[in-house]
Amino acid sequence: MMKSDATETIGNDVIKAGLAAAWPICLGYFPIGLSLGVLAQKGGLAPWQMAAMSILIFAGGSQFITVAMLGAAASPLAIISTVFMVNLRHLLMSSALAVHFPNVSRRFLTLFAYGITDESFAVNLTRFNQGGWNRYSALTLNHAANATWVTSTVLGVYIGQLVPPGAAGVDYALTGMFICLLVFQLRGHIFIITALIAATCSLLAYLWLPGNAYVIVASCSAATAGLILKRTLRKRESTR
Amino acid sequence: MNTRDFLLLMLALGAVTYLPRMLPLVVLSRRALPGWFAEWLELIPAAILSALIAPTLFAYSDPRMFSLGKVELLAALPTLFIAFKTRSLAGTVIVGMLCYWGLCRVM
Repeated sequence: MMKSDATETIGNDVIKAGLAAAWPICLGYFPIGLSLGVLAQKGGLAPWQMAAMSILIFAGGSQFITVAMLGAAASPLAIISTVFMVNLRHLLMSSALAVHFPNVSRRFLTLFAYGITDESFAVNLTRFNQGGWNRYSALTLNHAANATWVTSTVLGVYIGQLVPPGAAGVDYALTGMFICLLVFQLRGHIFIITALIAATCSLLAYLWLPGNAYVIVASCSAATAGLILKRTLRKRESTR
Repeated sequence: MNTRDFLLLMLALGAVTYLPRMLPLVVLSRRALPGWFAEWLELIPAAILSALIAPTLFAYSDPRMFSLGKVELLAALPTLFIAFKTRSLAGTVIVGMLCYWGLCRVM
């Protein structure tokens, strides 16, 4: 049997570390959750319906789309297929996280998967790459983000209209966080080139393709281009 | 829409949201990945983050339109600088928020 190490145990400090890492996410989710709640309330959803949606779906973009499509009386099938397309990018995130969970029980993974969002993925992956990140801290982070999301969306249904938009720059919390996490990822020339290709592709796809396909289109093409470039350079090195 | 139909729709939406999050994690964590795929996945985070940020900084959303003059882009410059200099997530988020807030007030 494998001896448990610092990344396997669970205790108060492990939970605290998860909560400490979650704060930029929670700060960013709160105003977004409130505004979703306001929209849902205007669209005729009751607080319990908002809660059910946030617990069952737990994905910001998908829920905004769902509320808008429900408001426009779209067919259930149209809503389901649109949301499915929007969430395909999570396939990539889940795949990238998989290497950090060797020999971890299926039970843990099915629970952990529930909390994978753009934001929790970015923070957890960065911490795993830095080393020593306990998977229960990662799980705590996911659930802190989830609790914030459910609370803020339901709160939005009740009081959202009373909160002034753009208070103290919180609208920028997630963008600031993504910028910093991107900088952490730039560990060499090939990463910088990949990021530049991704930004260009994403922008072009965002302007020319409808919907949210731009993230998955851009990240797949950029990673593929980066990989080809890396392998070409390596081949040239070895034949020299 | 009645309660039953609403809950059924939410369950279906929950399923199409959950499965893409769960399947790769459960399937891939149990096997050795081929070398090229592991290298490809290594580049994915930088690609995804960059792809997520780019439209926020360089495009308006409704209608979708390219722009080099967004407050989000201006605020990103000091934010990027602080991220490179300090490598601190907390510091970067706070500086970003302050810059954005300040720029929104003067612009």
